[in-house]
Amino acid sequence: MALMYLKVFLVGGFICMLGQILIIKTNITSARILVLFVCIGAVLEAFDIYDPIVAFAGAGAVVPIVGFGRSLAKGAIEGVKQKGVIGALTGGLTATSGGIAAAVISAYLFALIFSSKTKKY
Amino acid sequence: MDNKERNLRYNKYVESKVPKTKEFPTLIYAFVVGGVICMLGQGITDLFLYIWPTMSLDEANAWMLIILIVLASFLTAIGVFDMIGAFAGAGTIVPITGFSNSITSPAMEFKKEGIIFGLCVKMFSVAGPVIVNGVAISVIIGIIYLFI
Repeated sequence: MALMYLKVFLVGGFICMLGQILIIKTNITSARILVLFVCIGAVLEAFDIYDPIVAFAGAGAVVPIVGFGRSLAKGAIEGVKQKGVIGALTGGLTATSGGIAAAVISAYLFALIFSSKTKKY
Repeated sequence: MDNKERNLRYNKYVESKVPKTKEFPTLIYAFVVGGVICMLGQGITDLFLYIWPTMSLDEANAWMLIILIVLASFLTAIGVFDMIGAFAGAGTIVPITGFSNSITSPAMEFKKEGIIFGLCVKMFSVAGPVIVNGVAISVIIGIIYLFI
């Protein structure tokens, strides 16, 4: 149990550190990092590399945005297996719809309730 | 002095003035904060599996991601997320919390330009590219899988 949490911490932290290295070395914007990591996750899943990492590190591999790309690709692959051509189009968004809908609805609600403050830093 | 030379000199000047991020400590902060967020996620998943033992791992993970997304959105709304983000850099951007923050933050910022053309349009100014590229690549992968 404790070992599992250690693995989660190390793998999750390592993926975040890769992002930080990119920021320092190339001054890349956060939007580009998100896009890059999602694409990396999708490609890794397509080559069956990411599933073993998830099996090894659990949430350490699911929580980073790479896991979002992974579920897009995984959904598309499963969609193709089950439904054929249409599955390639519906699969990716079906697998990630919960996360996207949650992000959209919570952003909508909280933005309506709260107003942004002036940034202090 | 021709323009090219002037531009080069100006770029050098800018480079000398840009504040340098202290490299090594930010790596550690990103590592620790990112790792802690992932551990929090694992804790939520384990909690769900403990309360509902019949739930599948995928379903528990989906719930965990939704909870992290809503939590990050709320922390963004009350201004706490920006403080953590300024300290942790990629440690908060790379986990799914960064995705949630990138939707909530512009939504709040552009609320004053109106609900539809401010809030709802700008909501996707960062998340839009992520979803567009992600969906595009997933469709391509799906189509490739049709033929192999």
